[in-house]
Amino acid sequence: MKALYNYIKNIVIGIYQLMQGMYISMLNMLRPKVTEQYPENRGKKQYGEWFRAMLVMPHDVENHHRCTACGICMNSCPNGTIKVESNMIKDETTGKDKRVLNRYLYDLGSCTFCALCTQNCPFHAIEWSNDFENTVFNCQKLVLKLNKEGSSLMVKKTENKE
Amino acid sequence: MQQMISLQDLTLWIDEFLRNLFGGTWALLIEFVLIGLALLVAYAVLALFLIYAERKICAFFQCRIGPNRVGIWGIFQSTADMIKILLKELIRINRADHFLFRIASFIVIIGSICTFAALPFAKGIQVLDFNIGVFYILAISSLGVVGILMAGWSSNSKYTMIGAMRSGAQLLSYELSCGLSLLAVVVLAGTMQVSQIVEQQSDLWFIFKGHIPACIAFVTYLIAGHAETNRGPFDLPEAESELTAGYHTEYSGIQFGFFYLAEYLNMFIIAAIAATMFLGGWMPLHIPGWESFNKVMDYIPSFVWFFGKTGFCIFLALWVRWSFPRLRIDQLLNLEWKILMPICLINLLLMSVAVIF
Repeated sequence: MKALYNYIKNIVIGIYQLMQGMYISMLNMLRPKVTEQYPENRGKKQYGEWFRAMLVMPHDVENHHRCTACGICMNSCPNGTIKVESNMIKDETTGKDKRVLNRYLYDLGSCTFCALCTQNCPFHAIEWSNDFENTVFNCQKLVLKLNKEGSSLMVKKTENKE
Repeated sequence: MQQMISLQDLTLWIDEFLRNLFGGTWALLIEFVLIGLALLVAYAVLALFLIYAERKICAFFQCRIGPNRVGIWGIFQSTADMIKILLKELIRINRADHFLFRIASFIVIIGSICTFAALPFAKGIQVLDFNIGVFYILAISSLGVVGILMAGWSSNSKYTMIGAMRSGAQLLSYELSCGLSLLAVVVLAGTMQVSQIVEQQSDLWFIFKGHIPACIAFVTYLIAGHAETNRGPFDLPEAESELTAGYHTEYSGIQFGFFYLAEYLNMFIIAAIAATMFLGGWMPLHIPGWESFNKVMDYIPSFVWFFGKTGFCIFLALWVRWSFPRLRIDQLLNLEWKILMPICLINLLLMSVAVIF
């Protein structure tokens, strides 16, 4: 008798739990869909700061960047993706030698998007963009120069503000 | 009932026209060909639609959108798949039993089409209407297992062999509760003729008429039928993670297509039989006493009722498929022999008692 009672009890419990499972999957079905319709929503979606698509160096309207060419990013990069080429020039006001950025070269082909460079940059000179359409036809085009032509370091006043 | 459009007038008119034109024997022959053609076309079109619907609903259950590139909403996706599968090469398997290998897919699909022919699609549209219709359906739908075993044996591969053996065990055991739950309906209806069973549900569907035993039979039939289609939580014969694709691993091209087609149409057939036996087939919802309500229901065409109910049952099957994890083979056989079959037998007894008193 006990066995029969347990048998029926197990069936009832089983049916109840199966119904629970079906209820949950129905809730899943009614949830909004998560699929990205890529070519249709092109350029419409921003993924936020966490999205590491390509390294960029932000410039303000007067063509100033924040890179002091210290080379911390170049040294922290584990696979030699970043090359900072700098010139030493004499400052007119103080008369000391000063390092000035010449070319900031970034090889997209060897970048693993580990973000050690952006984490280590003391001046927030480089950051990640959402621009993920990076395909080109040959690997020479993957080596990008991040600083714009004729750009210079931001004046110290704004730097302190940061 | 008088207002409902009957397609029998149309078929009778065609019959009379052919008889006047060609005479008895030739008219009969031409009708055979026409009916065969119509069945095959309906089979193929339904399969295409089912594949599309399944992919779409599966996608919805997984919070995806599903096929949406070929045509608007992706409605031509399954047509494109069909063209692809027709163009594929039939690979010759080394050291396989080629005779059995070739005919296995045909046996599976013949069993499926013969069952398909016995379904009442609408008022006046039913190809085979024997006085032992339910018996015929049960018998011919279990022909598929022969084809599956043949396919597994002849492919000369361990995966297909294990898949076919599992499939054999599963289909043979679930055939029992399938038959027993349909027997409950036969007891209630007092006839095995499918058209009579549908006709008897003109006042109320059997699932309401038959009280609790009919509800239990409906659920057990859905479970057993679902297991017979080798899908959902019962997809052991083609468990992708262990057996590649089960009994049809070695097949390619249109022969694989036949298995695929038969699988989807078996899902439709099981749903259609459940709809016919328990939910009234093409019969509209009639409630005794509500005359005006019944009249309004009669204006909805009978094939809409049939396909609506079948679609509901198919959706239930897909819902179950995406809710539950796959069973182990011992759990599968436990479920059948220790739970479903006793329930079905007791249910049959209950139904008999309910019919007598």
